[in-house]
Amino acid sequence: MISIQGKGVSNGVASGPLYFYQRATTTLRRYTVEDTESEWQRFKDAQQKCIEQLGELAEKARKEAGDDAAMLFETHQLMAEDLDYEDAIQASIMEEANNAEAAVTDTAATFADMFASMDDAYMQARAADVKDVSSRILNILYGVVQGGIDSDVPVILAADDLAPSETIQLDKTKILAFVTEGGSSSSHTAILARTMGIPAIVGVGDQIKKEYEGRPTIVDGSTGQVYVDPDEDTTTYLMEKRRKLIEYQQMLEELKGKENITLDGHEIRVYCNIGSPEDVHSVLSNDGGGVGLFRSEFLYLNCDDYPDEEYQFEAYKQALSEMGNREVIIRTLDIGADKQIEYFDLPHEENPALGNRALRICLNRPEIFRTQLRALFRASAYGHLGIMFPMVTSVWEVREAKKMCEQVKNELKEEGIPYDEHVQIGIMVETPAAAVMSDRLAKEVDFFSCGTNDLTQYTLACDRQNNDLGRFFDPHHPAVLRLLKMVCDNAHKNGIWVGICGELGADLDLTETFLSIGIDELSVSPRSVLPLRKKIRETTLSEVKEAILEDLMGEGSQF
Amino acid sequence: MKEFEFVVTDPVGIHARPAGNLVREIKKYVDSKITLTKGEKTVDALRLMAVMGLGVKQGDTVTFRIEGGDEEAVAADLEAYLKENL
Repeated sequence: MISIQGKGVSNGVASGPLYFYQRATTTLRRYTVEDTESEWQRFKDAQQKCIEQLGELAEKARKEAGDDAAMLFETHQLMAEDLDYEDAIQASIMEEANNAEAAVTDTAATFADMFASMDDAYMQARAADVKDVSSRILNILYGVVQGGIDSDVPVILAADDLAPSETIQLDKTKILAFVTEGGSSSSHTAILARTMGIPAIVGVGDQIKKEYEGRPTIVDGSTGQVYVDPDEDTTTYLMEKRRKLIEYQQMLEELKGKENITLDGHEIRVYCNIGSPEDVHSVLSNDGGGVGLFRSEFLYLNCDDYPDEEYQFEAYKQALSEMGNREVIIRTLDIGADKQIEYFDLPHEENPALGNRALRICLNRPEIFRTQLRALFRASAYGHLGIMFPMVTSVWEVREAKKMCEQVKNELKEEGIPYDEHVQIGIMVETPAAAVMSDRLAKEVDFFSCGTNDLTQYTLACDRQNNDLGRFFDPHHPAVLRLLKMVCDNAHKNGIWVGICGELGADLDLTETFLSIGIDELSVSPRSVLPLRKKIRETTLSEVKEAILEDLMGEGSQF
Repeated sequence: MKEFEFVVTDPVGIHARPAGNLVREIKKYVDSKITLTKGEKTVDALRLMAVMGLGVKQGDTVTFRIEGGDEEAVAADLEAYLKENL
């Protein structure tokens, strides 16, 4: 068995013979032309034909992969008829008497270099587009006909890198997966593989050899692994993985649009945790009911200096408007502890988890907090926003933060800037202090969201980052679960709702417990939404609730 | 001659696709010569590769300059298009 490690850029497992893409090879011949006028015409004819071909490809792509895929070829059309590109080729033919092939090759190289030297990974990747358009024109000049895959059975297709026009011309029924020597997660092969829903592995370099052609191969897009001549254990393992992935896909489809409701009619909301506006897409594709935790740190981590109000506003607005009517709860700045940002210039702390972090920084440095709150309230006009404060231990902190919210709202009112008057304000319950004081805190806010990672760490006095604590770090510890129940009871007594936004929320072993103690919302990673929904829909709460509560709270409990 | 400044809000900036769309839009104004400036560099807004070559990112300020045709109307139309799409 030969094991090759690349970069998985499209998920899935596929098994089949390895096949190398047959590219029509042409060798460039350079010569001086006598009749430059007719050579220029020869180029113009090839260019025209290229534009026509791209038009047909755009139509084909539109039918197979939608408008986005078609747009790519339409952009290629514009490149083929670009005036700078054309001017450079014309100069090469007319002034230097180069043949059209040489003129196109040289011009392509110049433009590809320009893109490749740009300070932007996306634009660098566009060098491939210029080369692709040019090689299409060259093939027309050479009279080459584009080839497909010469195989009767579906194959795992290997190539150095596939140009978009090559990818789209391939016979899709013959391709099980892509393996390319070069490429990145934003290369066309990767994008099209994801659209087609088949695995793709890029960047395997020279590990993949021509002599492997035709040999049985398995690829795993989630790990980036390619196995040529896989042994029995590997095959069994990966085929099982493949079966599960397919099952998962089917489950996704079946569970989409369904309610998160137990067999005996108890409903719970399932929301998502996200870290940037782009993640909204996976919330929607996994049918998350809303966003229960939007970490705003990314805005600060991506910048070299404090992000201004406008920048933050745009990011929040984007997430809110894309989520439409669905609720989006944004957590205010939560840095310190394990997340440090240089420009905040925070003094070194011996014990940062117990130090100056999150809301504490915001209350000590109100100018930073105010900027974020203004951006948040301005964005509230574009969707259904909730705001929550992290790391609360005392009632006065919440009152102070709320007072700042009121000030910001008054400012916006005076400035005539629209905002939503009914933005829900909540807090994270992630310290034992907040849990113990939850009866008083519940009178101050609209909701609680329990951050179980920190709550566990602080309750059990176990450092999250310390891997040696082993059995002492038990996220299922009854102390944590009892605190959660206490928070729930206090919230409901005061008519507010409670969610969990820590990793524990997705722990299917605890779903019945959360339902039993009365949690109203679970916020989990987008991929966990549907498995969680499945678990909820298989539960009969009345059958398990009593035993769970007795276990947790009763005297004869096993704990 | 009429010119105006525009701050790009599209998160990807003027990349291939938005540049393609922009060039297509510019092509409509056959009577006007339109240039695009970022910093020191000015390019013909009809030339896709040159526009892409500016590497305009989100938050960048660019200047459009319109010469010839109904400059006022073209500027207004173009600005409306930019606000909608970039």
